[in-house]
Amino acid sequence: MTTVEIFGLLKEKFGDAILESKTEGVPSPYVAVAPHSVLNVALFLRDNEQTRFDVLMCLSGMDYMAGKFGVVYHLDSMPLRHKLTLKVHLTAENLHVQSVESVWKTADWHEREAFDMYGIVFDGHPDLRRILMPDDWEGYPLRKDFKVPQYYNGMKVPY
Amino acid sequence: MGLLDQRFENSNVFVTSMDYMLNWARLSSLWGMQFGLACCAIEMMATGASHYDFDRFGTFFRGSPRQSDVMIVAGTVTLKMASRIKTLYDQMSEPRYVISMGSCSNCGGPYWEHGYHVLKGVDRIIPVDVYVPGCPPRPEALMEGLMKLQEKIRKESLAKG
Amino acid sequence: MITTATTDGPTIRRTETIPGLRRSLRAHEMIVNMGPQHPSTHGVLRLELIVDGEIVVDVIPHIGYLHRCFEKHCEHMTNYQQVVPYADRMDYVAAMSNEFGYVVAAERLLGIKVSDKVEFTRVIMAELSRIASHLIALGTYGMDIGAFTPFLFCMRDREHILDIFETTCGARLLYNYMWIGGLSHDPPASFKDKVRDFCRYFKPKINELNELLSYNKIFIERTAGVGVLPPEVAVNYAVSGPTLRGSGVQWDLRRNDPYSVYDRLQFDIPVGKGIKGRVGDCWDRYMVRVEEMAQSVRIMEQAVEMMPSEGDVQSAIPKRIRPAAGEVYARTETPKGELGYYIVSDGTASPFRVKVKAPSFVNLSALPAMSRGAMISDVVAILGSIDIVLGEVDR
Repeated sequence: MTTVEIFGLLKEKFGDAILESKTEGVPSPYVAVAPHSVLNVALFLRDNEQTRFDVLMCLSGMDYMAGKFGVVYHLDSMPLRHKLTLKVHLTAENLHVQSVESVWKTADWHEREAFDMYGIVFDGHPDLRRILMPDDWEGYPLRKDFKVPQYYNGMKVPY
Repeated sequence: MGLLDQRFENSNVFVTSMDYMLNWARLSSLWGMQFGLACCAIEMMATGASHYDFDRFGTFFRGSPRQSDVMIVAGTVTLKMASRIKTLYDQMSEPRYVISMGSCSNCGGPYWEHGYHVLKGVDRIIPVDVYVPGCPPRPEALMEGLMKLQEKIRKESLAKG
Repeated sequence: MITTATTDGPTIRRTETIPGLRRSLRAHEMIVNMGPQHPSTHGVLRLELIVDGEIVVDVIPHIGYLHRCFEKHCEHMTNYQQVVPYADRMDYVAAMSNEFGYVVAAERLLGIKVSDKVEFTRVIMAELSRIASHLIALGTYGMDIGAFTPFLFCMRDREHILDIFETTCGARLLYNYMWIGGLSHDPPASFKDKVRDFCRYFKPKINELNELLSYNKIFIERTAGVGVLPPEVAVNYAVSGPTLRGSGVQWDLRRNDPYSVYDRLQFDIPVGKGIKGRVGDCWDRYMVRVEEMAQSVRIMEQAVEMMPSEGDVQSAIPKRIRPAAGEVYARTETPKGELGYYIVSDGTASPFRVKVKAPSFVNLSALPAMSRGAMISDVVAILGSIDIVLGEVDR
């Protein structure tokens, strides 16, 4: 199925929760979803006979600058051999999105990494804590406005 | 010989002979601690394998810091790992030496500019005896580093100064 | 009663929830710490084992000890080509595969097509690096189980591969060889002969490895039936590479989502069949790697014959890379599994975002599912069979 067809299928099932789909004029088409309905859309996409997206290839946090953040999901279907990109747009005031860990177990560590690097909070994640940075690190490193600290536990950080 | 170290005021025949024998014993069997962090660890393994044998120097790798003389810090030192390295260094018993292998542990390496989690050089937390440059250093370079350490040990003395 | 749970955290009382375990410790359980400095953890990985005697109740991996800020570096590079040396250093055992993944993604974003000579050289380099990576995986796996000799034999064979790499691009381990639009050096005149000689040399060595290690009774006792990963669980965890194929799922990106010239080459995809124990155990994953090495030799023999000798490998390299705003997600099959690069461009000369989906990161997250109920020494065997590289896990 192409992205346009999947967008049509999702729109008739979920209505307003599916915000838009950019398929024309972009090299990579995607479907944008509202943050509070990601879990239902994910369950539908995994279990529906026409889509059967059983693999979450990648989950990336994004910082689009000027207070805009996002999460990008790349899905793949092994039986049906098609792919889909889902996007969720967030703002700095409300960095909450539903967790899809109960749908694809691989999202567990990916969401922890997005939280660690960007500060995006995944509601419903059983164990959201830092994964790559030390537990007492302050700040979210991959944000565009991140300032490298001068000292960490007595060690000088810059060169 | 902690009791006799640095106790003698001037070198005499007894001290020089003891020096020679002790230093020869130490440099001929430097037991390394298996401490590969990143890419340099693969080159260290290649140096220990049969093509560029490390065992002919009397060096072979021990798993525990308590049983080793030299710690070869091979790879990037991150801030999260730094406290563990300090603990491991403290657990080694004297005389202990440190070889810093590769650019990352010498000075931060290719991550010096934007690495917010990389410690720019392991000498910020522990004293280093020999620096081996390279990214990663060839096995021959690591062997030369070990031989430089052996030269350094050869010059040690029980006498003061 | 106070139990210290971690070396650098507060002391935790027995009734408190342990992060990662998501419940408190029961009376008969104990925490054993493995790593980050440990001979068998393949790098700086810390495993917190919750054990009941000798049996492991849960495994909590702690990573991040080698986090080298790859994604931040990419955003600061002034040129897309400058990312290649950093990409090398992620999976440092098979550096050519990382570079291959990145240039496939960048060329898809920029719309560059490269010549056949470049494609076939890249395929040969990728397969050589697959064999090199599997040799390290199998050698260190034998060492973890307790057999030291296969390690030396594998490193000896690996030196031949590193020799080919050195004559081509000057470096043994980290190459900066595959550039966007081509290669950094033309393969030398002796390249094809060296590759043919290596294929001829290496084929009997696989039988030697099988005699030494694969069918050894002690090795089979330690690995067969241990760490079974059922295929549905593997797919849900997005496990890929030999770890997935060991569970019986026939999925290889070179066949199922082809890139470069793999659709013109003939090769088989080995899967685990549960010959010695159950499907999806450590022996199956190990055997898939051994058979993949034989298939890589087959691919290289074909690629060397099909590779044109004339052509300039640097003709398609763009002088200035300034892509239009857009994004791409491209994946390739590295020795560890599916490596994905998600590159976002905002129209300037520096990448806006490069996200790497590393196969070892994802495969390691399946470790607790495989090790619950095993013994402590089985955890070492299971970890070795997943074949992780910490440079990739932490990036």
